[in-house]
Amino acid sequence: MTLPQQIITIALCALGTMTTRFLPFLLFSSRKPTPEYIQYLGKALPAAIFGMLVVYCLRNVSILSGSHGLPELAAILVVTGLHLWKRQMLWSIAGGTVFYMLLVQFIF
Amino acid sequence: MNSSSYDNLSFRQNRHKIRRAARHAFPPTIPIFAGFWFLGITYGVYMHVSGFNFLYPLFMSMAIFGGSLEFVAVEMLLSAFAPVQTLIMALMIQARHLFYGIAMLDKFKGTGLKKIYLIFGMCDESFSINCSAQIPEDIDQGWFMFFVTLYNQIYWVTGAALGGILGSLISFNTEGLDFVMTAMFVVIFLEQWLKEKRHYTAVIGMLASVVCLLSCGPDSFLIPTMACILLLLTLFRKPIEKAGDLT
Repeated sequence: MTLPQQIITIALCALGTMTTRFLPFLLFSSRKPTPEYIQYLGKALPAAIFGMLVVYCLRNVSILSGSHGLPELAAILVVTGLHLWKRQMLWSIAGGTVFYMLLVQFIF
Repeated sequence: MNSSSYDNLSFRQNRHKIRRAARHAFPPTIPIFAGFWFLGITYGVYMHVSGFNFLYPLFMSMAIFGGSLEFVAVEMLLSAFAPVQTLIMALMIQARHLFYGIAMLDKFKGTGLKKIYLIFGMCDESFSINCSAQIPEDIDQGWFMFFVTLYNQIYWVTGAALGGILGSLISFNTEGLDFVMTAMFVVIFLEQWLKEKRHYTAVIGMLASVVCLLSCGPDSFLIPTMACILLLLTLFRKPIEKAGDLT
């Protein structure tokens, strides 16, 4: 690839990203009232998206081979337990991550 | 009060407001600092070993600012020039942002010019924090979200550039550190879960993702998942709205 071709490739990646980020705001301008169905989606989507993002983070974990997803499962239980106990976001995240690092570096 | 001293006062109040928002926006981004530096440095090192100098990760992380696509872009740069395929790939990998936009239509209202940057920088992590954070009422919402987005991008860009500069010099045992992102999304999911009485939409999101992941595989399950979520949310609109968890 020549330099101009590289620049075009990078620009197209940026264009694709920005299209997906800006499109909803261009379609539903803040001057006109948003259609009710879209308002409903806006409220119903976040919980569904967060569920999707958790699965997205774990998409490359293989249940059938390697460590069978056990370190991930154990660490998620630790995160959940810590969070239900203390309800302190940073501690739940830090505790779970350190636990996971110890698991994959020393046990699995 | 003459107009210049009035301007001065409102200028000071404004600066105070911005400073407060800047301070409060930092703590929620700490996990992202850890995750983005790790992933950003990894990305920079990856570009370095693929034969690109640090300017590439620097500018790509500024212009694209979307982790997974940037990794794919390295492979695109190494293969033959294919503009149409590149654009389609980018649109498909990033399609989930359409949902983020719909969810943030209301929250971004009235943020003025900052809105452009809020939308430009709306990666998974910035969206998740801005969408779920309980911002205290005396903090300016727009500036809070602006700084969350800005901090996250600074972490990512500096990480990527650093990785590109230091290249293969870095070797420390960080295996497993990338779990910080998973942990953060788990906590945000949990917070959302605890807020609701019934969990229709959370269960729909989880279930649709797992089913599509198992049937389509890790590289192409996001778009089918989004389609399933839309379909289910539309079909079950009545019971979901009746449950009264949507605020």
